[in-house]
This record gives sequence, structure tokens and C-alpha cells, in this order.
Amino acid sequence: MAGMVLLAPSLLALAVMLAALGFLFQFAFRAFIPGSILVGGWTLENFSRVLRPLYLSYLLDTALISLYTTVLTVLLSYPVAYALARARSRAARSALLVLTLLPFFTGAVIRAYSWILMLGNEGFLNGVLVRLGIIPSPYQFLFTQKGVIIGLVHFSMPVMILILAAALSHVDPNYERSAQSLGAGPVRTFWTVTLPLSMPGIVSGGLVIFAWTCSAFPTPALVGGGRVKMIANVVEDLALEAFNWPGGAAFAMVSLAATFVLIYALQRFAPRLAGGHREVA
Amino acid sequence: MDTARSHRRRAALRRWLGIGTVVSIMAFVCIPTVVVFGVSVNPGEILSFPPDGFSLAWYLRALTYPQFQRAVRNSLWVTAISTVLAVTIGTAAAIALERHRPPGHRFFAGLVLSPLIIPGVVLGLGLLILAAASGWVGSPWLLVFAHILVALPFVVRSVWVSLQNLDPMLERAAASLGAGPVRAFFTVTLPLLRPGILAGVLFSVVVSFNEFAASLFISNRVTEILPVAMFNYIRNYTDPTIAAVSTLLIVATAILVLVADRIVGMSRILQIQGDR
Repeated sequence: MAGMVLLAPSLLALAVMLAALGFLFQFAFRAFIPGSILVGGWTLENFSRVLRPLYLSYLLDTALISLYTTVLTVLLSYPVAYALARARSRAARSALLVLTLLPFFTGAVIRAYSWILMLGNEGFLNGVLVRLGIIPSPYQFLFTQKGVIIGLVHFSMPVMILILAAALSHVDPNYERSAQSLGAGPVRTFWTVTLPLSMPGIVSGGLVIFAWTCSAFPTPALVGGGRVKMIANVVEDLALEAFNWPGGAAFAMVSLAATFVLIYALQRFAPRLAGGHREVA
Repeated sequence: MDTARSHRRRAALRRWLGIGTVVSIMAFVCIPTVVVFGVSVNPGEILSFPPDGFSLAWYLRALTYPQFQRAVRNSLWVTAISTVLAVTIGTAAAIALERHRPPGHRFFAGLVLSPLIIPGVVLGLGLLILAAASGWVGSPWLLVFAHILVALPFVVRSVWVSLQNLDPMLERAAASLGAGPVRAFFTVTLPLLRPGILAGVLFSVVVSFNEFAASLFISNRVTEILPVAMFNYIRNYTDPTIAAVSTLLIVATAILVLVADRIVGMSRILQIQGDR
């Protein structure tokens, strides 16, 4: 009884959230009346828009951008996570942790903006590349899919580093030591012992990042500048620019469904692979 | 002898290769922040790096721009109120789920953590439609409510971890020494939960202060919080004002992280070196 009393305020808040999602679901099946926030009768028209070639291409872009982002994020995060979990020097470990956490605690808008500054024609990256003579004139990174992917990788890395570092710190270094004492070199030890044992972290981290990137919003909005659209940007365009709430609701439901599928995959596959490994928030 | 030496040399090479890789990757992580600092002191309007001089003009503009002043006030209010409420109800929920285990507690635990996986635009549009149906559009309380929801999973999680590490014998000892349940809670349980609650406060403040996607949908010019005001500014203007605002926020965040690290210890909050 006392338990229910303590839980009640949170459950009340969550009930309101579920009501909001219920309204959203309902709106996705209602007709849009231009110039009004009232909705008409029941219809599947909002979902038939989702299937139009233009909008379908946004969904495809979302999936592709998320895939590239996930792969690159894993590749770039693994060495840092490994250093974080295995470095002998305490100072190096805490320096890495602080440098990883600072962007983690900085807002998404600021981080997207920093990539506008990095990728612009007058920006840092083009300045370096031109000065080193790698490219003759500034390359158009801003407002392209490549630029959005770079920004998203940077955005996802701290979370991935933390997940992988947690997974790697659960790998007992004694396994690595015994592999080496049995004659395996460091490279072979890594491929046959460390990497397979950290696989659960890679899989669960990869799924988290993929799901997260699928609903990315400020990075594609700012770095993509309206020329690269992911699903959340379509929701904003429809709901806030065109005041078409039913149309936006349909895309929001698609986004939510994609997230549920990925979280289901995470819960279904990750624990079995992990063999009891604990996940980090 | 010779093979031992070449072996050692190869090991050293591999070590430096590893260090080089990690340092270059960390450069990728850190350089954008450095560039933001650089652009913020640029005298001109162009977003170029390196800066061609030193000027604090954009800081002056950032601090005196009325829409930002209003947005900072809104942000501080929304973050403060939602953190107090989220930490209170989240701590209560964690205690209920760990200690009392009411019927259906597994389902409730999943529910309490669920805002973590709901995309911001989905939550935002849902709340906007709900608000339109119930006459709450434009209310700052709508923002507070959304922020409580997104902070709740973090609070519940960090308090829960603290509870699992808490020895129930200590509470029983307090009870056997004559403390009633209320007194035992306030003099034994709560102080022992302090690291978890502090971590909850930290996450709650950070998540709420940075919340953007949901807030964009449910705020207007009057109620908008800082990230939303910055987003709108970036879309409309291209001068370094935002670089100045960002620098101030990054410095504030760095101070917050360092203080939190001193008080609780970051790697304990994040459970990185937990089981070794």
C-alpha cells in the first residue's frame, strides 16, 4: 500500500504522457482541415502521404544516415573506450572521462551549431584542408548528408564511449593475460578475446545509437539547413510550419514505431549476448 | 638478445600508435568546442576560424539581447521547478519499486523509464495536441511537465542504484534502537541515498536545461527556453552571438561537471569501473 502511495505521483505524470500519446495516435487517423487546428473525420490519408515517393525518400535517408552514423560511431568510440577502461595512468583516465563528458553534458543545439562553424566554407575544416593543399577550394560540407553524418557521429560518441567503456570494464583483464601467456600476440589477443567479449556492448550500444539517431532533430535541422531531412524534421515541417498536426502525427507514429522495434531488438538480443552484463544509462 | 629488443621496440611502437589514435579521436571530439570559443571573440560578423582579432562585442550582444534574457529566466525557472519535482517523485518511485515491490512493479518500472526512449518530437507534438484539447497551450507549466517526464528516468535510475547498494541492516539497526519508520528514513536511509539523489539532481538539471525537441513544440516567444531561443536565432541570423552564448554555457557546464566530480565521483555515477 505504501508502495502505491510513493509511486502514485510518477504514475500520474506518466498517465498524462500516455494520454498525450493517445491523442497523437488518434490525430494520425484524422483528416486535416487547412487553416484550423480542429480535425475532420477518420482517414488513412496521413499514412498514404508517408508512402509518397518524396516522403519515403526522407525515411530512407533517415535509415541510411543512422546506419552510417552508427558504424562510424562504433569505430571511433572503441579505441577511446578501450583506453578509458584499460589505461594504467589514473590521470589519463580521468582526463579522457572529463573530455568525453563535457560534450555529453552540452546541449544538442550548441553541438549542432559548433558543426556549422566547423563545416562552413569559411570554417575550420575547410581552412585546414585548403591550407594543407588537400583540396584546392572549400568543399561544400554544410547542408549535405556528409556534414549531417559528421555532426551526428560527434553527437553520439560520448554515449557510445560510455557504453563501450562499461562493457570493456566488465571484461576481466585476466582473460587477456592468459591468452598472452599462452603465446597469443597483442593483435591476436584483441581479435580472439577482447573484441568477442566486448561484443554485447557493441551490439547494445549500436542499437541505442541507431535508435537515437533515427529520431535526431537539431543536428539535421541546423547542419542540414533544410536540405537534408530526417523523420523528426518532417514532423516539425508538417506540424509547426504547415500547422498540419494530423500529418505530423502520422510521421511521429512512424518514428515511435521504429523506436519500439529497435528497443524490442535491444531487449531481445542484447541480454542474451551480454550474459548478465549491466547496462549504463 | 636481438629479438627481445625488436620485440620491445615493436611493443613501444604499438603503444605510441594506440596513443596517437586516441589523441586524434579526442581532437575530433574537442576541436568543435575550441572553434566555438575562437569564433565567439571574432570582431567581424563572419563565422571564420581562426579569428582575425579579439573582441567581446558578441558577448555584450548576447547578454543584452532581450529575447535571450527572457529565455534564460524561463530556462532557470523551468529547470529549477522540474528538477525539484522530478527528484522528489522519482526518489519516491525508486523507493517504492525497490523496497515495497507493489503488484505489477516490473511493469511500472518499465513505464517510469519509458520517457527515455520516446523521441522528443513525438512527446512534444503529443503534448501540444493534448494541450490544445484541454486549453493549456502556451502555459509554462506544460514545459515544466515535459521536463519532469524526461528527467524522471535518470532520477529513478540513479536513486535505484544507490538503494541497491544500501545495506538494509542499517535501517533495521535504527529500528531496533527505537527509531520509528519516519525517523529511520530521515536519519538513516535518506543520508545514505545522498550520492544517488545528487546524481539524480545533476542529471535532471542537465537534461532539463538542454531539453530542446519537445520544448520547441510546446513553447512560444514568451515561454521559450534558452535552447529554443538559440535554435530560432541560428535559423534567422548568422553572426557569432550564439558562439558567445555557447561559450558561456560550456564554461558553466564544465564547472558543474567538475564540482559534481568532486562531490560524488563521475565514474561512480556512470558505473564505469564498478566491478573491477
